[in-house]
Amino acid sequence: MPAEPGAHGAHAARPDEVPAAAPTRGSASGRIPQRLARTALKDLPWEVGVAKPDPAVVVDGVTRTFGGLTAVSVDHLEIQRGGITGLIGPNGAGKTTLFNLLTGFDRPDTGTWSFDGQSLGKMSPHQVARLGVVRTFQLTKALSRLTVLQNMLLGAQGQNGESFLKALVPGTWRRQETANTERAMDLLRRFKLDAKRDDFAGTLSGGQRKLLEMARALMSDPKVVMLDEPMAGVNPALTQSLLGHVKDLREEGMTVIFVEHDMDVVRDISDWVVVMAAGRVIAEGPPESISQNQAVVDAYLGAHHDAPLTVEEEDRVLAEAEAEIARESGGPDVISSDGTRNQR
Amino acid sequence: MSEIINAIAIAGIAAFGFQAIFFALLAIGINVHFGYTGLLNFGQIAFAMLGGFGIAVSVSQWGLPFGVGVLVGLAAAVVLALLLGLPTLRLRADYLAIATIATAEGLRLVFRSVSATPVTGGTRGLSAFNVGFIDLSPWDPQARHDILGTTWSGGELWVTLIGWLLVLLTSLLVWQLMRSPWGRVVKAIREDEDAVRALGKNVYAYKIQSLVLGGVFGALGGMVYAVSTGSVNPDQYQNANTFLAYAALILGGAARVLGPVVGAMILLFVLQFADTLLRALISNGVIPEALLTSTDVAQIRFVLVGVGLMLLLVFRPQGIFGDRREVMLDAR
Repeated sequence: MPAEPGAHGAHAARPDEVPAAAPTRGSASGRIPQRLARTALKDLPWEVGVAKPDPAVVVDGVTRTFGGLTAVSVDHLEIQRGGITGLIGPNGAGKTTLFNLLTGFDRPDTGTWSFDGQSLGKMSPHQVARLGVVRTFQLTKALSRLTVLQNMLLGAQGQNGESFLKALVPGTWRRQETANTERAMDLLRRFKLDAKRDDFAGTLSGGQRKLLEMARALMSDPKVVMLDEPMAGVNPALTQSLLGHVKDLREEGMTVIFVEHDMDVVRDISDWVVVMAAGRVIAEGPPESISQNQAVVDAYLGAHHDAPLTVEEEDRVLAEAEAEIARESGGPDVISSDGTRNQR
Repeated sequence: MSEIINAIAIAGIAAFGFQAIFFALLAIGINVHFGYTGLLNFGQIAFAMLGGFGIAVSVSQWGLPFGVGVLVGLAAAVVLALLLGLPTLRLRADYLAIATIATAEGLRLVFRSVSATPVTGGTRGLSAFNVGFIDLSPWDPQARHDILGTTWSGGELWVTLIGWLLVLLTSLLVWQLMRSPWGRVVKAIREDEDAVRALGKNVYAYKIQSLVLGGVFGALGGMVYAVSTGSVNPDQYQNANTFLAYAALILGGAARVLGPVVGAMILLFVLQFADTLLRALISNGVIPEALLTSTDVAQIRFVLVGVGLMLLLVFRPQGIFGDRREVMLDAR
């Protein structure tokens, strides 16, 4: 997967800023897109809908309602190319719905969105995937009764043997199949699944399925990878290895968008964080900016979570308790105290 | 004892007869639909009926040559598959099941209706359309031929030979397709459509292709049946046959190339064996008339097949050829 030339071109103008950025994993020799993305995003204002220097995905006025519920209502959102963008928000914030809309699995009521300047509005999921925007699912979709290797081979694009007529002539796809198998085995080795190549995917553990799904998505040589809760239900040791893999994607020049609930993970790997609540983007900025953002704190913990009870409220609760005790007086203590507690 | 040997011999013929070919071809089609692609086609018999009537109507009513009749039958099956698939395959799997089961019954009623009588012959059906095919027989169609102690007419032998050749060819086709990347996509669709969509495959197109392919196999089965019996009648194509074909498929093992073929042979063997043996035992008094009369036998043999299927599902849920590991994955 060659890195997008545009991604580097956009930042070549200010190479002097590169060393100042956060340190990266040492694996990328010379080529350090992580720093580029983070550097490019460094001077941006921390406000919703801010324009990115080199956006890969642009969302404009997308809304999706389910009956009376507005699941997604995003005015403007840009995703920086070659960076890792974390998408966070409380449950029901519309993160997965936004993913579904972006990848063609769901249709919005209004709005446009594009990848590399190409509108994705009328495209079905497989067309979006062919453009290089690949997703994984929150509930892992391992293809159980296919082997691990078959799962991987399914990810390869442009296969001759997938057309009905050419499938009948093995000569037209044998060579391609061999090449794809080699590439699949390389990826499986990276994800430490190579020993499982001939096992049914259904026999893998939950964490291994997450790995397989990610590896399978990479088989398609994507430009944008959208990971829906890649760490959910994965043990901490495996989380570390998954994190490493996600960072590697960025090193290879891919744009990564991921949904995650674990703030440590988000802080660790994101170049930019987008916070959603009740269908809207309520904040965006670098990871360190998010925990101080009042809108984010309110969305997660409630607007009045840190305000003490007011005097009136306290009085009311007290009065109720006293009334209860008065009513129960003469009865056994246990009941009265129970009743009081129930009142509260 | 001699009754048992006799019953085995007669059942053995049935296992290689034209009905076995008929169910084998139906089941191969269902295997493509249900076993590999995960499509629930509960109206496979409609494809068979179109196949049979395609030949019968073309030859008897329109005076076309036999070969053209075959093409008409196949084309009709393709059209039916498209009509069923285009509106339903974007929806959940249940919708195809509903559409197919309704179509199979509805189409049969249309074919036997009075207004269709000028074309389909109505309840009397059509006959005498297979001469063009029987004449090609290398054996004298009227003469009797003895093979391994069984007697076949030259015509029967010819139809049966071509029928098994068709089974062989369709099985080879399925085998080649299912080991190709095309088959991999189709099997993946059976597991999870959305995952396949997310990997850039046009799931809808694959499902349509699979529906057409299996429908064409069903039409071939109907043709073999029609040509063997020498007549077609809408009431021969009851939808119960679809479910017998499903029984054959599950017996042999779904998603296995030879599963439907062996399953159909075993199904016919068991049906015929039970039939012959029970009748013999009743006629020579081993089974008292009070318990079972020979008129009950036709039903009892299906009960026996049902019991056999239940035992199979308990002790060998994967069928005869299936992979137990694969089936057990579903049980998790």
